[in-house]
This record gives sequence, C-alpha cells and structure tokens, in this order.
Amino acid sequence: MQGAKILIESLIREGVEVIFGYPGGSVIPLFDCLYDAPIKFILTRHEQAAAHAADGYARSTGKVGVCLSTSGPGATNLTTGIATAYMDSVPIIAITGQVKTSLIGNDAFQEADITGITRSISKYNYLVKDVKDLAYTVKEAFYLANTGRPGPIVIDLPVDVQIQEADFNYPDKIEMRSYNPICYGHPGQIKKVLKYIYKAKKPVIIAGGGILISGASNELLKFAEKAKIPVSTTLLGLGGFPSTNDLSLGMPGMHGTVYANMAITESDLLISVGSRFDDRVTGRLDAFAPEAKIIHIDIDPTSISKNIKVDVPIVGDAKNILGQLIEEIKVSKLSDLSKWHKKIKDWKKEHPLVYNKKNSGKIKPQHVIEEIYSQTKGKAIIVTEVGQNQMWASQFYKYDYPRQFLSSGGLGTMGYGFPAAIGAKIANPKREVIVIAGDGSIQMNIQELATLTTYNIKVKIIILNNSCLGMVRQWQELFYNRRYSGTPLKNPDFVKVAQGYGVKGIRVKKVSEVKGKVKEIISAKTSVLADFWIEPEENVFPMVPAGEAINRMIGGMA
Amino acid sequence: MKHTIQALVENRFGVLARVASLFSARGYNIESLVVGETQDSTMSCMTIVVDAEDERILEQIKKQLHKLIDVITVIDFTHREYIDRDLILIKILNNGKNKTVIEKLIKKYSVKIIEKTKEVFLLEVCSNRRQEDEVLKELKSLGIKELVRTGRIAIGK
Repeated sequence: MQGAKILIESLIREGVEVIFGYPGGSVIPLFDCLYDAPIKFILTRHEQAAAHAADGYARSTGKVGVCLSTSGPGATNLTTGIATAYMDSVPIIAITGQVKTSLIGNDAFQEADITGITRSISKYNYLVKDVKDLAYTVKEAFYLANTGRPGPIVIDLPVDVQIQEADFNYPDKIEMRSYNPICYGHPGQIKKVLKYIYKAKKPVIIAGGGILISGASNELLKFAEKAKIPVSTTLLGLGGFPSTNDLSLGMPGMHGTVYANMAITESDLLISVGSRFDDRVTGRLDAFAPEAKIIHIDIDPTSISKNIKVDVPIVGDAKNILGQLIEEIKVSKLSDLSKWHKKIKDWKKEHPLVYNKKNSGKIKPQHVIEEIYSQTKGKAIIVTEVGQNQMWASQFYKYDYPRQFLSSGGLGTMGYGFPAAIGAKIANPKREVIVIAGDGSIQMNIQELATLTTYNIKVKIIILNNSCLGMVRQWQELFYNRRYSGTPLKNPDFVKVAQGYGVKGIRVKKVSEVKGKVKEIISAKTSVLADFWIEPEENVFPMVPAGEAINRMIGGMA
Repeated sequence: MKHTIQALVENRFGVLARVASLFSARGYNIESLVVGETQDSTMSCMTIVVDAEDERILEQIKKQLHKLIDVITVIDFTHREYIDRDLILIKILNNGKNKTVIEKLIKKYSVKIIEKTKEVFLLEVCSNRRQEDEVLKELKSLGIKELVRTGRIAIGK
C-alpha cells in the first residue's frame, strides 16, 4: 500500500470524520487518496484557519481534530493554530507535507524545517522518513494527542514517502516506556487534602480547563455541593461548573468578578483543579490568596509549584481524583461554612457583575451578549475571538454546560474564533454556534466566509464593532493617557463583505433594534454576519491592572 | 551551584535538540552535555552539567525534562553518591621544567603522556570534579597550548 493510502487508512481507523486543510505541491498524493476516502474534507481559505477549525472541532467534542497542509508556507501558516492548541491543551494532529527526503536540508522549493519550528509549540512531532514507520507513527500520534495533558502533534510527511509502498499493519495499541501519564491521585495525598478541607473555614475551588478535558464537570458539581465549597471557573474552565449554581463565583483574575477575587484573597484553603495559576488569574503573586493553603490537582507535574508554591500537590486526572475525594469525604467532619457563604452572598449583592446601562444612544456590547444568552436559552456554543469581545462574552453569557465556550486563552490568538466556530459547527451540526468577534479580530480570518458558503455551514457571527482594537485602546485609555497609538480601525463595510461572499449581512446601530435583530440572527436558517455598532469607548470591567493584586480592581464596583 | 543531571532517553533523532532547547529557551547555559548509547542500543544516556543559581527554575527544568515524550528517567546527582569522569586532552610545551611537573602529576593523578613531539607533550587527563581543579591549576601554570574535553559523564553508586 502507498504511504498516502496508509495515512488515510490509519486516520479512518482512528475514527477521523473530517480533515480541515489546504492542498499544495508536497501533498498531492495525499489529496489524491482523500478524493474518494470516506473522510469529509473542508477546504479553508488559509491554513491557519484549518488549524483553528481542527481546534474548534476538538474543543467542542473532546475528539482529536485533524488539519492538513503542504510543506513550507502551508506548514508555517499552521503554526499559530498549533501554538494556540498547545497553550490550551487541545488535541489536534497537524499533518504537513514535506519536500522529498533527498532534498531535506537543501533549501528546496517550499521547504521549511517544520519539526524544528514546532518543537516548542507542540506536544510532540515526527518527521516520517520511512514509510514502514508511518502506521505506527499515526497510532502513536493519536495516543499522545489525547492522553495525559492533551496537545497538538505534528506529522511531517515527505512527498516521496507518500508514494512509497509498505504493508499496512495498524497496531492495536501503543506502549511507551517513556510516557505513562499518572491517572489516579496518590491515596496518601487524598487523605491529606481531606484533612485540610475539614479544617477550612473559607475554602474556594478554582476550576480550570482540565475539568472539561477530563470530563469531570459532574464530579466537580457533586464534590462542590457535598463539601459546600464555592467554585470559581477560569476562562478555559467556563461551563465546567454551572454558572447559574449558587456556589458559582464566576471567573477569577484580571476580568473576573469582584466576589471571586475577594473570596480567593480571603480564603484559607484554595483547591485548584485542572488550572495552572496563569498570570491573568493570579495577578501579583505575593498578594494572591495570601492566607490560603494551596492544593493543586493537575495531570501535568510541571504545572505544580510553577507560579504558586503548593502545599499539597496531587498529580492525576481531575475526574478520577474528584471521584476519589467524593468517595472518601465525610460530610460530618466539615467545618461550619455558613459564615463564609453569607460573606460571599453579601459580596455578590454589593458587587454584582454590572455595566452602565444609562442610555447613551449607543449599543452596549454587554447588552448584546445578554440578549444572545436569553434568546439561546443559554444553550448555544459560543466561540470568541480575543480582546474585549472575549471578555464580555465570558462575563455576560452564563455557561452551564461543558464545551459550550471556546476561546483562545493561553495564547490569546486573534483570528481564532471564526474558524474554530466552523470546526465546532461541523462537529455539532444541530447546535447553535455563535461567534463573538471584534471588528479587529474578525478581519484576521474573514476569508473563511468563503468556507461557510462553499459547504453551507451555518455559523452566526456577531461583530461588536467599536472601530478600534478595543482591549489595547482600553489599556491606552487607562494607563497611557489616551494616546491611541495603532488602535483606531478604518473598517470595510462588513455587510457588503459578507454579501460579497454570499453570506447574509445585517447591520445594527440602534439600541431599540438589538432584541429584534438578535432574534432575526438566531432564527435565521442560514449563516449570518451581524455588524453591531457599539459604544466605542466601552471598557471591560472589573479590571485588575497587570501585575496588581487581584483584590485591587478598578471599575465594576457600582 | 553545579548540578549533574542525567536523563535516559529514547535513541531517536531530535531528542538532543528537544533537551537542549529546554535549557536554551530559559536562557540557561549548559556547561557540558554528553550523549552516548547505553548497554541497550535503543536508549541513550545524556549527562548534563548546569550551573543553576535559582533552584526553583532548575526544579522546573527537571520536571520539563521528564515531561518530554522521549525522556525515560531523570536523575539529579547533586545530592547523591556518584562517580564522575571527564576526559581532557591537553598540549603543553615540551621543556625540561614542564616535564618534571608533569611527571609529578602522573604519580598523583590519572594523567598520561600520550604523545611527545619536539614542541609539545600531549596529555590525557581523566578526572573527577574534585581532582579536576587541582590538576588544571597546575597545568595552567605551565601554559596550556590547547585543551579539549569530552564533558562530564556520571554513574550512580
């Protein structure tokens, strides 16, 4: 069997239904095999979008997403998507064509050392130089991508290997002596954690993306309710714990809720599950939860004691460890937490998540998000771009379900949202998939409107258009004396752009139209791009200035 | 403080680059890094000597090393009993005074004259960390014309 065919057969064995990609000189044999393979191929209009679409597919399902490009520029275009997936632990496989093995290292046409380039932004990568290794490599790649702490894997496949012949033997399973992720928590550590929990009078859980990855949201809910511990969900953890639950504190950190940040600062026990104490969460490190004992549950030992010194580390899978804790916890031994709950309730009452609703004649972005929330009954998959749009989407839509909020957290990649939504929609054809974008970020992959039209993919795009790069402008307003350097945007007519690509375009300028237009967008049977002209100087509040203590928030204290 | 770290790794291409980039990405200078096959040809042993000022960063690096897919085990010899060796080849000017000093060193340390020309002695010095400083100090005073070394290897007791 030819190498190209071996690759495709291997993907079929792994249950791959769809590949996002773009052809080129070094992958023509592969595309020839794809032509009649039982795998759907989605041609994006830029390789970066293919990688993000594979990411959106993976984040919204937990399955491995696959993208494909040619060598050289095709492969380098994938790298932003690969790095995005790496930072947020998303399992994708990126297959790149490579020049002939005999030409590697010769500066051949469209050659790039993609294994070298992606070494620090992928979980692992392969250059397959012998067709006999190919099937095993694919099996191992899928195994690595979606076990332990998931991440992107790159398979670089020279064009001559694609046409070489070998027997096809797909391995049943993979065994690696150098890679054995720990799954269960050490029983001794579990006992230690329980001791801390029994003593705690002001405990808080921080739940991160690890909850979603390990499918632990039920366990988290059960554990939190049993131990009566309030839960703050990080940006990537949104949906891992129901936002509408009484124990929910919302997001911690830079644009978190006042009450989450107050609770963390005053807590005497902080239990982090599947979160890595990112600097956007912790703010100034020495002022972060200064009174608290810290318990850190994470599958990746390198995350533990990286930023914050941990008192009890537990390495393992969140679902299993929470399961162990639920089983062993004795409710009768818990301290009385009623004072703590009362305090949090008061904070919530005093400092709710709000925005200035005074009618200025301009549409408030938060209002748009709230309207989308209520009209989708909180059930849509929301995919964001990066910046103010992302923060408003994280604050004013209440996420109750795992994998319904997709966003580039770690890398903060503008241009992620729209193509990721395409991947999410293909994986979830019956769900409503909505992109929340800014007028800046949507233009980083706006060419994918063509992909929507080509494959009749129904995605709704909401542009919160403030004619500027809003988040940077906000920082310039607050910390750089309103010197708006490089942030004002002269935009195209987005409605016409949409129409040019064959997508329905809507413009919304009046506050009074918001409700009706959102209804029109949600009920549309086609894709829609909606251009909401919002208050240009609206800010995301509350806000913890970078490097400041998280209880030193500005704004949002109304 | 100097740390001698050993990693058993899969004998594949690319592993060295992965390990090296872990250090370089954090601005860490590696004092020496030695790679060689072990008794099992599918496994290589890397011995890395680094000068780490911040123990926390070193702890991170060790964890990161272990996290690399191709790394099987990681040992930090710093607080363990181990034996280490570094092989040094040195050219020293051939003259009577130097000869006397070298002969003294040969008696005391693992130093050999491998070749002698009219101009130079070619010495082989096989040392552990403790002896290395003493031997090199003596030799430096004679004027070293050229020095190359393998880098340190280590084995646990």
